[in-house]
Amino acid sequence: MDRKYIGKRVVRNEDPRLLTGQAQFVDDVQFPGMLHAAFLRSEYAHARVLKVDVSKAREYPGVVAVFTAEDMGRDWFPGPPLVSPPPTVKDVIFHSRRQVPLVKDKVRHAGEAVAVVIAESRYIAEDAAEQIEVEYEPLEVVLDLEKALAADSPRVHDDLESNLAAQLFQKKGDYEAARKEAEVVIKRRIVIERGAAAAMENRGIVAQWDAKGRHLTVWDTTQAPIPIRNGLAARLGLSESQVRVIAPFIGGGFGPKIMMFYPEEMLIPWVAMKLNRPVKWIEDRRENFYATTQERGQVHDVEIALDRDGRILGIKDDFIHDTGAYDPYGLTIPINTQCHVMGGYDIKNFSSEFRVAFTNRIIATPVRGAGRPQGIFVIERMLDLAARELGMDAAEIRRRNLIQPHAFPYQHEIVDQAFAPLVLDSGNYPAVLDKALEMIGYEKFVKEEQPRLRKEGKYVGIAVAPFIETTGIGPYEGARVTVETSGRVNVATGIGTQGQGHFTSFAQVVAEQIGIKVSDVRVTTGDTSEFHWGTGTFASRGAVVAGNAVHAASSIVRGKILKLASKVLGAPEAELELEDGQVRIADIPQKSVSLGELAALANPLRGAVEPGTEPGLESTAYFGPQYGATAFGTHAMIVETDPETMMVKIRRYVVAEDCGTVLNPLILEGQIHGGVSMGLGNSYYEKLHYDENGQLLNASFADYLLVSSTEMPRIEVGHLETPSPLNELGTKGVGEAGAIPVPALFAQAVQNALHDRDFEILEMPLSPNGLFELLNKETE
Amino acid sequence: MQTFQRSVTVNGERFERTVEPRLLLSDFLRHELGLTGTHVGCEHGICGACSVLFDGQPARSCLMFAAQAHEHEIVTVEGLGTIENLHPVQQAFREAHGLQCGFCTPGILTTVTAFLERNPNPDENEIREAISGNLCRCTGYQHIVDAVKLAAKKLQAQE
Ligand code: FES
Ligand code: FES
Repeated sequence: MDRKYIGKRVVRNEDPRLLTGQAQFVDDVQFPGMLHAAFLRSEYAHARVLKVDVSKAREYPGVVAVFTAEDMGRDWFPGPPLVSPPPTVKDVIFHSRRQVPLVKDKVRHAGEAVAVVIAESRYIAEDAAEQIEVEYEPLEVVLDLEKALAADSPRVHDDLESNLAAQLFQKKGDYEAARKEAEVVIKRRIVIERGAAAAMENRGIVAQWDAKGRHLTVWDTTQAPIPIRNGLAARLGLSESQVRVIAPFIGGGFGPKIMMFYPEEMLIPWVAMKLNRPVKWIEDRRENFYATTQERGQVHDVEIALDRDGRILGIKDDFIHDTGAYDPYGLTIPINTQCHVMGGYDIKNFSSEFRVAFTNRIIATPVRGAGRPQGIFVIERMLDLAARELGMDAAEIRRRNLIQPHAFPYQHEIVDQAFAPLVLDSGNYPAVLDKALEMIGYEKFVKEEQPRLRKEGKYVGIAVAPFIETTGIGPYEGARVTVETSGRVNVATGIGTQGQGHFTSFAQVVAEQIGIKVSDVRVTTGDTSEFHWGTGTFASRGAVVAGNAVHAASSIVRGKILKLASKVLGAPEAELELEDGQVRIADIPQKSVSLGELAALANPLRGAVEPGTEPGLESTAYFGPQYGATAFGTHAMIVETDPETMMVKIRRYVVAEDCGTVLNPLILEGQIHGGVSMGLGNSYYEKLHYDENGQLLNASFADYLLVSSTEMPRIEVGHLETPSPLNELGTKGVGEAGAIPVPALFAQAVQNALHDRDFEILEMPLSPNGLFELLNKETE
Repeated sequence: MQTFQRSVTVNGERFERTVEPRLLLSDFLRHELGLTGTHVGCEHGICGACSVLFDGQPARSCLMFAAQAHEHEIVTVEGLGTIENLHPVQQAFREAHGLQCGFCTPGILTTVTAFLERNPNPDENEIREAISGNLCRCTGYQHIVDAVKLAAKKLQAQE
């Protein structure tokens, strides 16, 4: 279809404000008389709290109040589950244990909040927090995932019989039978450790209670303002219309900014109401390491069975997932992992059981990728080992196993994170693989360049990793589109935005329908007073679910415009066209009426309105997909490794991506670049080091290394478009895609570069140090 | 607590304020002067989000005290251009999509503005080196690098 606005590299509507320091972030909200909060956090990862003495802090000059769990009285209770427990799946075990506003009896991870100080300034609040005295009785710390599940392990939650938080078995076909037929069976243990999301903006909350108007306004760095509003209202005994939650400009989300609730998110509004003064809390970076959720920790025992030609006959993958101290996010991460172990491959036999363990680590909830990178790492590593065993080329073994274009919709026969059947909707996977290979010049590199460079003594390696990304899941999102009398269009939707460019991509969707400049469409996201139905920005669903709601609403508005214009211009609708904010008769362009005039006519101040009509040129519409749309991509890279220093230099990095209809390639590419940089962090730089006491050894940006501009390679992106049949726009999500295959790719490339060394990369993240140890361990 | 009388010029305007010795320059700019364009991402000198121009040189405002700015000149992102009239560097960032969430952006804009004055015609490696002290979690830096290249062109065309 010929599109005028969708698919174009449109510059962003939101940029001028962001570029000039005029965009409002949560920490920019300021009120006279505003108070500031600081939290006292536990030094211990696992300890009984015997006594909390806040008397000195209360007397500290400038302190207005100090609260402990005790002081909260009947308002103290755990948060609701953010993702509801699994309903229908057979034999599932799930123990829901949710985080608490302030620790009462027992600390379950280092950094858990014990008390909150409210003072005239942040400086004073922090000083006073140091005056609080807590008596702890340290307990044995639960960290190792296997030991955590052993019968004799100390328990994170005393009321449970063990640290088993959840267990789920899923299968397809008959793995054991397939294994008997196999020529090659490979079994390995794979360990993946935790990293941080590390958005540049830490979390923050400002709450203002209007006692006379009985109205609470909350500015929150959340990805899901509507659920937060609904939850807060329920908790605070207010009606939903008495609470407004605003997620203004957010400095990056990447997953952890969606929770129900973070302790601070519950407490600050509660305190603001109690004290009847505006209260602000802004997390600092150290707190972000200790109090914002993290992800990735898993241990896999995986077995792959293949025939002589490298065809996968079956996979068995049993793993343990670390949920940390609580499990508010249900089974999302481990189910995602399970769903991605089969990747985009045609696998007939699959058997997988995961167990989720409570540990004394910080809570795990999805971080960009959300379980998917682990699944892809597992399958891709096993394919690499199989290729080596069979003496087969890395690209070839993948090509032989990919799902073929005619096989869609493809049933994987297990359930996904939404507990809906995992169905891959559409795609042309081999074409995407070929595109990546062609872009990087695979053949030529392997046949000519690599042998030549190796002769020169260079350790160069190439890798290719295909992956799927399940995206755009339900339940639904909505949008309201209004043509204003100025001729401009206003759009409101319920999701939040953390840099994904929704102010522009949604405007493009509207412009396509209504024929108006993208810059004349004003989009609001994340303000419950503008739109109050919806769930949030997660699972790479913004462009899919909210995007299609915007599309649906604008199509209806288009219909209304045409109907009215046809009356005004005295021409049938079919002869009208919408362009440049005007409706014209196609053959007589000088006969036209502007959208602004039509909007005024549709909302008359006098006279009668025909029965059954609604005023204005406005529509609210919703979109809920039948099931998630699945994107597909392939990354490839060429690296050079220095076997002395273990530094890995990336010479080329290419991405071939099919995420359905592209709304804005500029924004899409930006999403991919960012995802890859996080993926490289997950591969070689970013590991959260917990010591044996459950303390983080690298809880600062000086010690936890984010990828900087000098480590990042230039990324070449190629697009293919297989529109999703599941929605009218044909979009699939892409927000997390960039990060997903990178660790798998990185391992393969380094392994290929150091081809003459006998070692196996079976862990992530690595580091130069880690790689050095691995190589020396193997040669010892 | 002891306080100091301090005067500092920010974006061409002179401010006289009484400050506590421990007040960070970043907090002073953001909360005393209301110039919230300067962001803080770490408050320990690594991320660069808080970078401002201090007598024309990029400096991390989270690592300085407000008191140290006495009789100095500071330029924050608000001092570069306006919504109606973007600075060429800001314009280039818009055209090249050099920002996503925009949180790191003010620090990068101030850093890059000073860098391009020193080196009006940088190559890709020099650009990457110049912004290596500014962390960005969203962009993977590529569009930032492109934006700096474009900004260099725009500034040269202006001359
Ligand atoms: S806030 Fe100053 S360097 Fe990060
Ligand atoms: S644009 Fe988000 S941190 Fe740089």
